[in-house]
Amino acid sequence: MPHIRSMSGNAVIAEAAIAAGCRFFAGYPITPSSEIAAVLAEELPKVGGVFLQMEDEIAAMGAIIGASLGGMKTMTATSGPGFSLKQENLGFACMAEVPCVVVNVMRGGPSTGLPTLPAQGDVMQARWGTHGDHPIIVLYPADLTEMYHQTVRAFNLAEQYRTPVILLSDELLGHMSERVEIPDAADLTIVNRRKPDVPPEQYLPYDVRRELVPPMANFFEGYRYHVTGLTHDETGFPTEDPDLAEAQLRRLMLKVSANADDILEWEEDGLADAEIAIFAYGAAARSVREAIAELRSLGVRAGLFRPITLWPFPDKALHLAVSRAGALFVVEMNMGQMIREVERSIRHIPIIGVHKVSGQPIDPDEIVFTVRDYLENGTLPRNAVYQMSV
Amino acid sequence: MGDTKIPNPKSQNPNLPSPLGRGAGGEGRYELRFSGEGGQGIILGGSILAEAAILHQGKYAVQSPQYGSRVRGGPTKVDVIVSDSPILYPRATKIDFFLALAQMSYNQYATDLADDAVLLVDANLVPHVIENGHVIHRLPIVEIAKIELDNEVLSNSVALGAVVALTGIVSHEAAWNAIEARVPAKAREINRRAFERGLEAAELCPTKPVK
Amino acid sequence: MKAIVRAMHEQGIAKDDAAVISGIGCSGRMSSYLDCNTLHTPHGRTLPFATGLKMARPNKSVIVVSGDGDSMAIGGNHFIHACRRNIDLTLIVANNFTYGLTGGQFSPTTPAQSWAPTAPFGTLEPQFDICEMAQAAGASFVARSTVANLKHMTEMIRLGLEHKGMSVVEVISNCHVNYGRKNMHPEAPEMVNWIRECCVDKEVIEVLPVEALEGKFVVGVLSQKQRPEYAAQWAEIVERAKNGRH
Repeated sequence: MPHIRSMSGNAVIAEAAIAAGCRFFAGYPITPSSEIAAVLAEELPKVGGVFLQMEDEIAAMGAIIGASLGGMKTMTATSGPGFSLKQENLGFACMAEVPCVVVNVMRGGPSTGLPTLPAQGDVMQARWGTHGDHPIIVLYPADLTEMYHQTVRAFNLAEQYRTPVILLSDELLGHMSERVEIPDAADLTIVNRRKPDVPPEQYLPYDVRRELVPPMANFFEGYRYHVTGLTHDETGFPTEDPDLAEAQLRRLMLKVSANADDILEWEEDGLADAEIAIFAYGAAARSVREAIAELRSLGVRAGLFRPITLWPFPDKALHLAVSRAGALFVVEMNMGQMIREVERSIRHIPIIGVHKVSGQPIDPDEIVFTVRDYLENGTLPRNAVYQMSV
Repeated sequence: MGDTKIPNPKSQNPNLPSPLGRGAGGEGRYELRFSGEGGQGIILGGSILAEAAILHQGKYAVQSPQYGSRVRGGPTKVDVIVSDSPILYPRATKIDFFLALAQMSYNQYATDLADDAVLLVDANLVPHVIENGHVIHRLPIVEIAKIELDNEVLSNSVALGAVVALTGIVSHEAAWNAIEARVPAKAREINRRAFERGLEAAELCPTKPVK
Repeated sequence: MKAIVRAMHEQGIAKDDAAVISGIGCSGRMSSYLDCNTLHTPHGRTLPFATGLKMARPNKSVIVVSGDGDSMAIGGNHFIHACRRNIDLTLIVANNFTYGLTGGQFSPTTPAQSWAPTAPFGTLEPQFDICEMAQAAGASFVARSTVANLKHMTEMIRLGLEHKGMSVVEVISNCHVNYGRKNMHPEAPEMVNWIRECCVDKEVIEVLPVEALEGKFVVGVLSQKQRPEYAAQWAEIVERAKNGRH
């Protein structure tokens, strides 16, 4: 039986992390994510874990990579400016294939922006923030029971695919409280990293020939090996051999893209008969759900496509889901970010953006107004796509 | 991704009900907004009310605060929505009950009021209220805490008592249970007094509970 | 590198129980030449990675090899806070007074008035004293040695490994290629000799006049104190938390 609680999104992330097996957190204070650190500072020592407040965001990211190599499940949490600072070491974790979870509770930007108000302006930074080509998994729930499950899943995916996983939230979800159904620990699926099954002298930490995700040995367990951010061969030692360099990077990308069916989660609602499809994620999807109910009551057949896994992008699922719709709206609390990916993916119907960056969540009525305006006045001019509807 | 397998949506949350066929406002949706100055405990008050509704009244509720970047002194508000069904959009759009403990917070946040909204304002700290056909109650909430109970921090519990008495949105017992769970044992008695003073003061208001 | 291996051996540290972490720079590749758990981090980030690893596995030895650019410039913030925490790491800073790997640009330890590609008119900035910095920030063991005396270097590193708490061992090193060439020490043996001649042992500085220390490196254990170690203190917090006490 799930246990009913009233909790904030930030508290949910902290508690779910511990349930997922997280025993190491390093962070740096930043609004609106700081409550995650505060809860873990209290709770981690009770379960024998480690909490570190580091000297800066860069150090916090470095510490969770070091601790993960030591065998722990690790997490850090931050917001926009701090997320930017973490990108260098985040790239290291992608390259060296070190599991860890990075939470970004998004606030208004750019720069210091609107530090106490919600936004969704880091969805592209989450994908492309670090340098070079790299795979990444990004999850973004829309309600707090789902936040619990997706936090656990972030750790599971990190361990399974030896990769950092980014868990996005936003100030609205982070600071609001609602009724949360906390599952029993016994009902949770917990995934742990696969250890090598060969003796140390045969262990290849970055083997490209056998499988996409080679087993991972922890430090100090007899498998002495080298971990570097330099391009490396299957042993982990640096190489500039063009064939080896290409083979490693291809495997790195493929381990996520070839497992997309396992990694992707999304929700569809009311799309079977929808003339209007709406693409939305995170807090904005809550507004869209209200708007869809209102539109339905007004006789407009609208439906929702909500990616829970933002990256990799659910191209195929989106295609099938909106195949019968006449137009696709993209609602997001930024100036138009995921809409570019949607436009890349969907080319057969008009795509209309509803964007808001005022620091206030999108009122369902604004969405209803935009959809009705579109239906009554026909196709919007192309340059209206990035206009705010407020 | 070259295969032809038809993907299935995998929402992790089967409990989230479909909004289709449901009114946008949800069934039995009641919207409250508490506003005041940073440091008055307004946001905590919202949390306590939501906890009372969820944990002690078996309802759905969200508490959605809005902070400014000042720690003390700026206007703050929190929206609390209580409903019989899950709540999606977490901000108030048609406020049934509005509480203000500071003039600047009244000025800034007394928006989106329903036509039949009920207002509770601090009688001393919010002198200027626009008469707009709403029911307006004036109680010296902060004065009761500061003078009678000798601790301004208790304004919160006084206000909660008054809100519960005026709205009936949760039972007295549910509200008290939620307060009790949040205050340290040594402050329990004085908070109980404050909560009861809020209830009593509201009983003297000209109109009876609205719900 | 030889000194690190010898010091580990003398301290009886098994290869499986040690991690060597390096950053980017002339010392960066060192970790990849050693047969133990080795980690080669981004530039300047050795100490945060090491702090995480040490806190995850507090009973293992974590040795950090860094350079003057790595630990004093881009990693300067990490350096002072690792010292302040007094976490049980052994940090060896190979100080060659320059960014040798990228072509000899001036570093925080380059003497003022030196020539560098990025200071063609001479450097203006005064140099950091790594050991004074470490002591001021709270490291409980601080020593200096040079590449000119392998035996001495080994002993300093061994003492650093033995010490419980943050140990900083500065090793004055030569970069005859990129620093020495343009600053009067073009050949390796000559530069090492110069370093050797500049050494003054900590034990004798008391009896020397102040002028005699001008331009010299004071070598030896410069300070050693007993201060609470971070990982051990955290273990106490865990005990308290498990017993429900704050």
